[in-house]
Amino acid sequence: MKWLRDNFFSSWAQGAVSLAMLALLWHAVPAFVDWAFLDAVWRPDSKACRAGEGACWGFIAEKHRFILFGTYPYDEHWRPAAASALLVGLWIVSLMRRFWSWWLVPTWVAGLALIALLMWGGVLGLDYVENERWGGLILTLLLTTFGLAAAFPLSILVALGRRSELPVVRALCIAYIELIRGVPLISLLFMASVMLPLFLPAGVSIDKLLRAQIALILFAGAYLAEVVRGGLQAIPRGQYEAAAALGLSYAKRMAFIILPQALRIAVPPLVNTFIGFFKDTSLVLIIGLFDLLSTIKISLNEPAWTGFGIEAYLFAAVVYFVFCYAMSAYSRGLERR
Amino acid sequence: MRGIGYQALALALVLGVAWYLISNTLANLEARRIASGFAFLRREAGFEIGQSFFLSYGAADSYLRALVVGVVNTLTVSLIGIVIATLLGTAVGLSRLARNFLLRTLAGGYVEFVRNVPLLVQLFFWYAIITEVLPHPRAALEPLPGVFLSNRGIFFPTLASTPELQGFNFAGGAALTPEFAALLAGLATYTAAFIAEIVRAGILAIERGQWEAALAVGLTRRQALRLVVMPQALRVIVPPLTSQYLNLTKNSSLAVAIGYPDLVSIANTTINQTGQAIEGIAVIMAVFLTVSLTISALMNWYNARIALR
Repeated sequence: MKWLRDNFFSSWAQGAVSLAMLALLWHAVPAFVDWAFLDAVWRPDSKACRAGEGACWGFIAEKHRFILFGTYPYDEHWRPAAASALLVGLWIVSLMRRFWSWWLVPTWVAGLALIALLMWGGVLGLDYVENERWGGLILTLLLTTFGLAAAFPLSILVALGRRSELPVVRALCIAYIELIRGVPLISLLFMASVMLPLFLPAGVSIDKLLRAQIALILFAGAYLAEVVRGGLQAIPRGQYEAAAALGLSYAKRMAFIILPQALRIAVPPLVNTFIGFFKDTSLVLIIGLFDLLSTIKISLNEPAWTGFGIEAYLFAAVVYFVFCYAMSAYSRGLERR
Repeated sequence: MRGIGYQALALALVLGVAWYLISNTLANLEARRIASGFAFLRREAGFEIGQSFFLSYGAADSYLRALVVGVVNTLTVSLIGIVIATLLGTAVGLSRLARNFLLRTLAGGYVEFVRNVPLLVQLFFWYAIITEVLPHPRAALEPLPGVFLSNRGIFFPTLASTPELQGFNFAGGAALTPEFAALLAGLATYTAAFIAEIVRAGILAIERGQWEAALAVGLTRRQALRLVVMPQALRVIVPPLTSQYLNLTKNSSLAVAIGYPDLVSIANTTINQTGQAIEGIAVIMAVFLTVSLTISALMNWYNARIALR
C-alpha cells in the first residue's frame, strides 16, 4: 500500500499523471495483444493474412530460411547455421572474464578458420559456395566480427599515435580520426563501392563484400581509437613515469604496462561502441549486400507478401534487440563490479 | 633523433600510398575517358526531386542546383529533427527520474528498446506505418481540423490556404511527403533516446546537497530543478549533446534508403548519371565536414557561455 502511494499517488498531480498513463495503457495494450497474438495469422498463407485483422506472422514462417541464410544453397543451410552458432559462441566465451588470456587468440584463429571452411567449403566433400551467395544473419555477424577484429588493433595504433610526442605522427592520426568521424558512414560505403575500383591498378578487382568490409574497418577504427584514447588518458602519470624509470623501451612500456590497464578501463565504452557498430553494419543494405535487414526487405518484394512491412521490421527489430540488449546488459554488469 | 627517423618513415609511407592510389586513379580515369573536374555541375540534371524547401527546382536545372536543393533538404530535416529530439529527449530523460512509477518505467522501456535497434530498421518501420497503415487521402484521418494524415503524406493548413480533397489527393495548404515524415520521426525518436540518457546522467551528476539545499530554502521540486539543478547539469550535458546533434545530422544521410532527396541521395543519382564518382563523394564529404565543424563551433561557443567563470 505504501509503495503504491509513494509511486503512484504521492500528490494530486502525480495521481493525475498515473491515471492518464493507466488510461493510455488500457487502450494500447489490449489492442496490441489482439493484433500481435489473438488475431494474428501464424500459418504461411498470404490470403488468410490479407483477410485477417491481426499481424501476419505467416510471412516470417514462410520466409525464415531466406531471411536467415539469404541465397545460400538451400540444402546447405546447416553450414551458415553452424557457422553463426560457432561465431556467437566465440563471442560469448571472449566476453567472459575468466577466459581472458592469450589463449583467446589461437581459439579465435581456429574458430575463424573453421567458419571459413564451413562457409566456402570446397574441401572434405563440401560444395564450394562463392561469397556472393552469402547472406542473412551470418553476413551481419561476419561483417561485425571481422570489422572489429581488424579495427581494434588499428585503433590501438592510432590512439597511441594521437598521444605520441612526434608531431607528424600525431597530425596524421588526428587527420584520420577527424576526417572519418566528420562524414557519415554511408559516404564511406559509397566511396568503397565506387571509388575503390578506381584506386586499384587496371585488371585488379576486389569483390563487393571485401570493399564494404574495408570501409567498415576504417570507420570503426576511428571511433574505437577515441575510446582507447579515453582509456589511455585515465592512466595516472605515475604509471608512465615508473615504466620509463625502469628503462623499458616505448614498445615494452605500452605493451606490458600501459595498454593492459588502459584497455581494462575502456571495456564498458568499448562494448557500447561494439553495439553501435553491430547496428551500423545494417547500412551495407544501401550498397546492395544481403545482410539480415536486406534479406528481410527483399522478402517483402514478392507480390504475395507486399504490405506486411510492419511485421517484417518488427521481426528485424526483435532480432537486433536481442543481440544488442544482451551486449548492453553485459556492459552494465561490468560497470557494476 | 630516432623520433625524426620514425616520422620521416610514417610520412613517406602515407605519401607513397597516396601517390600509388592517385596514379592508379588517373590511369583508370584516362582508360575510361572520364574527364575529372567540376565542369559537369553546370550541365542539365534531367531528374525530378520529390521535395524541395525554399528553392524552386525543375528537371531542366543544373546539377549544381540539384545538389544545393539536396543540401537544403539535409539541413531542413536535421534542424527540425534536432529541435524535436531535444524536446522529446529532455522530457523522457526527466521522466526516467520521476517519482511516478509508471512514467519512469515507460520512459525506461522506450530508451532501452529504441537504443538497441538500428536506425535503418526504425526508418523502414516508420515508412511502413505511413504507407501501409494510414488510409488513402479520401479516408484520411483528421486529428485536428484542417490537418490530414494519409498514406500520401501529412497535410496541414498555412496562413494562405487550407488543404482540400481534389480527385485522389489533397491540394492547397502545406504537405510533408511520407519520406520526409518517416525520416523526421525516425531521426527524432532515435536521437531522443540517446539525449534522454545524457540528460538523466547530467542531472544525476549533480550532488544531492544541491537538491536538499534548494528544497530547504523553500523551492518546490520543479523550481529546484529549473533554477538550481538544471543550470549546473547543463555543463555536463552540453558536450555529449553536441555529438548527438552531429550524429543526427550524419544519420540524416540514411534518407537515401527510404527515398527522401537529401544531399547523399542526390549526389548518388548524380554519380550514377555522370560517372563523376570522385567529385560527387568529395562534395558529400566537404558539405558534411563543414556542417560538423559549424555545429561543433556553435556548441563550443554555447558551452563556453554557460561554463563556470
